[in-house]
Amino acid sequence: MKKLRALVIAGVLALSCVVTACGAAGGGGSKTIKVGVVNNPPSESGYREANVKDMESVFSAENGYDLKTSYSLKNDEQLQAAQGFITEGVDYLLISAAETTGWDEVLKKAKEAGIKVYLFDRMIDVDESLYEAAVVSDMAKEGETAVNWLLDQKLDVYNVIHIQGAMGSDAQIGRTGALDAQFAAGTMNKVVQQTATWDEAEAKKIVESVINSGEDFNVIYAENDGMAKGAVAALDEAGITHGVDGKVIVMGFDCNKWALRELLAGNWNYDGQCSPFQAKIISDLIKGNTTSSTKKIINEEKGFDAKTLTQSDIDTYGLGE
Amino acid sequence: MKTNKKLFAGGLGQLTIPVIAIVLLVIFNLIRDPGFFGIAVMHNNDGNIVLTGNLISIINGASELAVLAMGMTLVTAACGGQDISVGAAAAIAGSVLVKVLKSASAINGGTVILAFCSACIVAMIFGAFNGVLVAVFKIQPMIATLILYTCGRSIAYWINGGATPTVSSPIINAIGSFIPGIPIPTPVLIVALMAILFKLLFHFTSLELFTQSVGVNGSAARLNGINSTFIKLLSFIILGVCVSVAGTIGVSRLGLINHETLLLDVEMDTILAVAIGGNNLGGGKFKISGSIIGAYVIQMLTITLYAMKVSSTDVKAYKAIVIILLVVIGSPVVKQRFGKLVEKLMSNKKTVSVKGAE
Repeated sequence: MKKLRALVIAGVLALSCVVTACGAAGGGGSKTIKVGVVNNPPSESGYREANVKDMESVFSAENGYDLKTSYSLKNDEQLQAAQGFITEGVDYLLISAAETTGWDEVLKKAKEAGIKVYLFDRMIDVDESLYEAAVVSDMAKEGETAVNWLLDQKLDVYNVIHIQGAMGSDAQIGRTGALDAQFAAGTMNKVVQQTATWDEAEAKKIVESVINSGEDFNVIYAENDGMAKGAVAALDEAGITHGVDGKVIVMGFDCNKWALRELLAGNWNYDGQCSPFQAKIISDLIKGNTTSSTKKIINEEKGFDAKTLTQSDIDTYGLGE
Repeated sequence: MKTNKKLFAGGLGQLTIPVIAIVLLVIFNLIRDPGFFGIAVMHNNDGNIVLTGNLISIINGASELAVLAMGMTLVTAACGGQDISVGAAAAIAGSVLVKVLKSASAINGGTVILAFCSACIVAMIFGAFNGVLVAVFKIQPMIATLILYTCGRSIAYWINGGATPTVSSPIINAIGSFIPGIPIPTPVLIVALMAILFKLLFHFTSLELFTQSVGVNGSAARLNGINSTFIKLLSFIILGVCVSVAGTIGVSRLGLINHETLLLDVEMDTILAVAIGGNNLGGGKFKISGSIIGAYVIQMLTITLYAMKVSSTDVKAYKAIVIILLVVIGSPVVKQRFGKLVEKLMSNKKTVSVKGAE
């Protein structure tokens, strides 16, 4: 009985939303918009934690949303959750899928039920007509942004220590590609290129071994913040200066708050980010504040320079605490 | 030099293999690069005078492994099996340490000690959990500790959440790096301290003998009045202390805890260190010094491979090859064969004055 009543209410709400959709646009809306989010659990990574928080803050009651969430690393559990949201009668279904396959059936059902689907963070292997838009990151862009920044520094010579993440991961491939192109073109010299598999301590060992070998280097390109921190620890112990006005340029990725604070203090030079903030873009699309001509929307990747970074950037874009 | 005397005075001790391994690695490196072991004195970025060089990197980098290997030796000797959850447990201990430090209003000597004690207690509780499964419920150590191995890093996640929390404090930096005025890395000093503590423990108690007898034959030890259940449990709790020390060093090195990568895969290296140290992995006779040397062998191998610019994805494969050789050479079968061969040669030559290897 309860379920039935909920269904009826949900149906009425959905209907009223459709009716008032045009009127609600721009003004924040007087009726709540029901949004079902199928995501990976926040424990997956710092990225996901920020992503989940972002979703919760944007799709809040104050902004006129009724948010329902389901978190799982398993595709079949995610599919079930999506099914549940469709039965419940949400207006919008937001999905970051664990796997790219197996979603046809569910998305077709959503379409039949008049539920609009947005993909975020990850693409799904389905026909474009089944979703409204996909807000995703372009991993290769992230590396390019960082390498372009490095080229802008106009150093006389680039002797780079390249510390890679776990080989084969999306982030590693995206962050390595642009730098590899520079190595191949001969504009930068590869002092050493090693994977530390995201391990801070391993990164420290790699840099230590280069220092001990006496080879000259002036750039450390670490594919995440933790490894950059490990590399800097090795520099500190060997008495090599780094950061703004230092001998060695330090570059990291992810934009953890603590890492951005290192930037602000001038200990590091650059921090790039694969932006976990897609909620605002989707919210704007839902409310009709913005429109997109293409279905695939590339989320803008950020890169922060120690010289231009401000405290408010840290508060806005920093991950974690 | 005691080991050398033993080496030449016949009756090759347990330490032969690890010592030979170290000597071979040193010779190999000296041929490859005569300046490999050069130590330089310089100022670090905090303005302290410190020692740097490959040798320091090796001794310093092996600290966590050495501490864990000490505890693992005891568990191996008493239970005839290994704890594969040390890495996960260290992540938990490290997380507790960071949690306590972060919840304190200011980080001073007192809060650091409090944080370490909390980490230590938690690690001892998890050690006791493993110990109870092994000693009381008689579960195979590897299976019993598989539980914590699987869930340990999730537990560490619950303590601090998903991000990588950082703690910055001169005290933490001093623990993980250098104490102002002392040019030797602090983790090295901690290893030395732990080794001394173990020596004292064995000197003033009968733990060494008891552990050995429980490992050789638990029932016989029990009939002789040794509480074998308690000895096994105790070995796991002592390992818990080692785990918390290793976790503390790991966190202090960078002032950051990443529950996914802190001391990742260290359990395998730890067991290897114990094996290279010539300890019987089936329990019984043991030498903690062997395991410590084993830890340095592993680290020297890693640093050598890094210095040769071997890709770190390949390092594990090369390490495996060397370790297979070491373990096979150190195996009882090869030792026995080698001993017989030497005996034969000896009897042919009719020389009695020099007894060879056994």
